[in-house]
Amino acid sequence: MTAILIFLAAILAIVGWWLSRQRLMSKPWLEAGPVTAFPETEAPDTHPAKIGLGVFIAVVSALFALLISAYLMRMAYVDWQAPPMPRLLWLNTGTLLLASLAMHCAVVAAHKGQLDNLRLALLTAGLTSIAFLAGQLLAWQDLASQGYFVTENPAVTFFYLLTAMHGLHVIGGLVVLGRTNIRAWQSDRTAGLVLSAELCAVYWHALLIIWLILFAVLMGWAGNFIDICHRLLS
Amino acid sequence: MTDVTPQEAEFIPPAEVAEVELYHPHSWWTRYVFSQDAKVIAIQYAGTAMSIGFVALVLSWLMRLKLGFPDTFSFITPDAYYQFMTMHGMIMVIYLLTALFLGGFGNYLIPLMVGARDMVFPYVNMLSYWIYLLAVLVLVASFFAPGGPTGAGWTLYPPQAITSGTPGGVSWGIILMLVSLILFIIGFTMGGLNYVVTVLQGRTRGMTLMRLPLTVWGIFTATVMALLAFPALFVACVMMLFDRVVGSSFFMPAVVDMGTPLPHNGGSPLLWQHLFWFFGHPEVYIVALPAFGIVSDLIATHARKNIFGYRMMVWAIIIIGALSFVVWAHHMYVSGMYPYFGFFFATTTLIIAVPTAIKVYNWVLTLWKGDIHLTLPMLFALAFIITFINGGLSGLFLGNVVVDVPLSDTMFVVAHFHMVMGVAPVLVVFGAIYHWYPKITGRMLNETMGRIHFWVTFLGTYMIFFPMHYIGLVGIPRRYPELGDTAFIPPSVHTLNEFITIAALVVGAAQLVFLFNLFWSLRYGKEAGDNPWRATTLEWQTAGTPPPHGNFGKELPVVYRWAYDYSVPGAPEDFIPQNDPSPLTQGGPA
Ligand code: HEM
Ligand SMILES: [Cu+2]
Repeated sequence: MTAILIFLAAILAIVGWWLSRQRLMSKPWLEAGPVTAFPETEAPDTHPAKIGLGVFIAVVSALFALLISAYLMRMAYVDWQAPPMPRLLWLNTGTLLLASLAMHCAVVAAHKGQLDNLRLALLTAGLTSIAFLAGQLLAWQDLASQGYFVTENPAVTFFYLLTAMHGLHVIGGLVVLGRTNIRAWQSDRTAGLVLSAELCAVYWHALLIIWLILFAVLMGWAGNFIDICHRLLS
Repeated sequence: MTDVTPQEAEFIPPAEVAEVELYHPHSWWTRYVFSQDAKVIAIQYAGTAMSIGFVALVLSWLMRLKLGFPDTFSFITPDAYYQFMTMHGMIMVIYLLTALFLGGFGNYLIPLMVGARDMVFPYVNMLSYWIYLLAVLVLVASFFAPGGPTGAGWTLYPPQAITSGTPGGVSWGIILMLVSLILFIIGFTMGGLNYVVTVLQGRTRGMTLMRLPLTVWGIFTATVMALLAFPALFVACVMMLFDRVVGSSFFMPAVVDMGTPLPHNGGSPLLWQHLFWFFGHPEVYIVALPAFGIVSDLIATHARKNIFGYRMMVWAIIIIGALSFVVWAHHMYVSGMYPYFGFFFATTTLIIAVPTAIKVYNWVLTLWKGDIHLTLPMLFALAFIITFINGGLSGLFLGNVVVDVPLSDTMFVVAHFHMVMGVAPVLVVFGAIYHWYPKITGRMLNETMGRIHFWVTFLGTYMIFFPMHYIGLVGIPRRYPELGDTAFIPPSVHTLNEFITIAALVVGAAQLVFLFNLFWSLRYGKEAGDNPWRATTLEWQTAGTPPPHGNFGKELPVVYRWAYDYSVPGAPEDFIPQNDPSPLTQGGPA
């Protein structure tokens, strides 16, 4: 359960930092009156959707941290036999990177008010993400053609499970991105459109980071890294 | 940190945050069925949770009948007993208590108490309820599926959960159970995002975190915990679904089932235990923290006193929330883990008792010299404190590895967890319903029926669960439908079992009185007015009762004080609402 505990420590740090700004030491029973004196303790005026997305990403990250924890725990058993990783995964990683980059361009374009660039970037992001999913499917096919079916051994099942979970989250994002695309191609630049682009971009970056970590875990690098840490400690 | 008292400004700057635009329903359907109003969603959640909870109650009667009178009820087979037991436990913990506290009370109280018009994402909030309903329906469907529901125990431990010896193991039962849990978690996450972001973002002007009522603190912290803990159950369920449906081997070692080797090979049942209890222990507090919060508010309101040690109460809630993530393995003392881990987890378990004890002291000190009104909510709150102390003491025993090992899996454990996480939170649920029903419906619940309900439930549960400790100490194992003629069991155990069963039926009957009261008072209850308990928090200061769509009048209230200004010296009344600009405070004029 190392991965999830590290993740929880990170969450705890964020929550702790936020709470430390909330005057938890104050004595509310002695303070009456409007609190204009402490603006940071009022509800922030960030758009709720942004905070909502942040919380959602935390939940998704917890999900993957737990999957990785389970993976690492199982990996420690002697009978662990990881399948050969399809080379295609490298290409897929690149595609997802492109999608994330495109999302970044979309936000920049949205802020500058360049509607054409925004449309182009959103479309590119959508198409590269679809390419990523197709690539993942091909990777599955590749693995299966070598005889590594889902039930082969736990390592193989984990590979399918982790990639499938990640893919499902990409598909979920694509639904929203698709709607943003439609909106961008139908209407002019509105505040709502800028917000949607920003939200999609954040989600895509998060999915990219999660994928990079998953990739490292699946390639066995994370395991090696933990090994080195253990050696250093003992 | 200095104590800076904010200046008293005559002029309140206009809201900087544009008020969120409300969705207005246009038809009967969108007003009462597919409603996006948190208050309607809350009632839908609560109604569904209580209905399925009633099923769990009936299942407990059936189990008790079998335990008390095994010969008369021989038609309840051991398989059926396991199915009843599993469904009872699962429904009570997840589909009733979690859904009721967070989906029910959370939805109703958060927007009202923080001074918001609604949740921040009303559409997602509505989806949350409908997915929850779907989860419940899938669960119910498993009763009618071929092979019946799963009988694997609410912990669903593999490998037995998906082998043929367990009811529902190789038929539909376990699949429907897992699918239902997955749906529940998806639905909950949608709701949970709302509860968290509404507390972060939807607070009205002046409502700082340290002015939030403890109810909101409890529900908020529990929701954050649930958002982080439920993914573990989600992962576990998905993995088990793989094992069961695809035939993979996450949790399934090589097993020979009735002479035939199963296709699985190389899975680790221990992995399930880790994932399950990573969720399972925080789950106890996910149910407990809202109860803690609500009880604090009930006590302060009905004892007309400010809550003792508000800051400590807040810190304790936060600390309990954080600590409960690092104690999960105390459920696995008997799984053969590395002894030093056992030591670590036993220590964290005992440490968590400290903030919990602080909360209990503070409740008692709040009551001390209070102007205690023995209203129904107060009675239930008092009963909660007593029950919680009782259950907590037996928990301290079980938190020790040496004591837990012999008592593990006896009826002692059943008695313990029913006291702390069964009866105690349910008492709070009742107290809360008696407290907020007047706001929700505009009418008071009938007092006589309420008192009958209270005394029978309170005393009755003691008659059920106190003797059970004794039965456990004698060594009677849990999850045994029948004891048979085992030599070490004294006859008194059988007599006690009969007694417990009768007590359980009587307590059950009292719940019917309560149910009847809920409907009867809707029509014939006394008119409540806007603020029958003369309480300070914002939900009692709405533009009408029940609160209209949008909760407050034209303008959102502005908050000037904390939630516990009861019996303030010098004040004309014994309470000052949170939106009252008077400069009086507990320590004199600010
Ligand atoms: C008057 C009310 C209740 C009665 C009579 C009752 C009775 C029972 C009985 C007889 C068992 C089976 C014990 C065994 O054979 O091992 C059981 C198990 C259980 N009950 Fe209750 N119960 C009640 C209320 C609750 C409540 C409110 C909760 C909510 C947390 C709850 C949660 C559980 C759980 C988690 C189990 C364990 C199931 C398992 O072993 O898999 N019960 N209950
Ligand atoms: Cu625990």
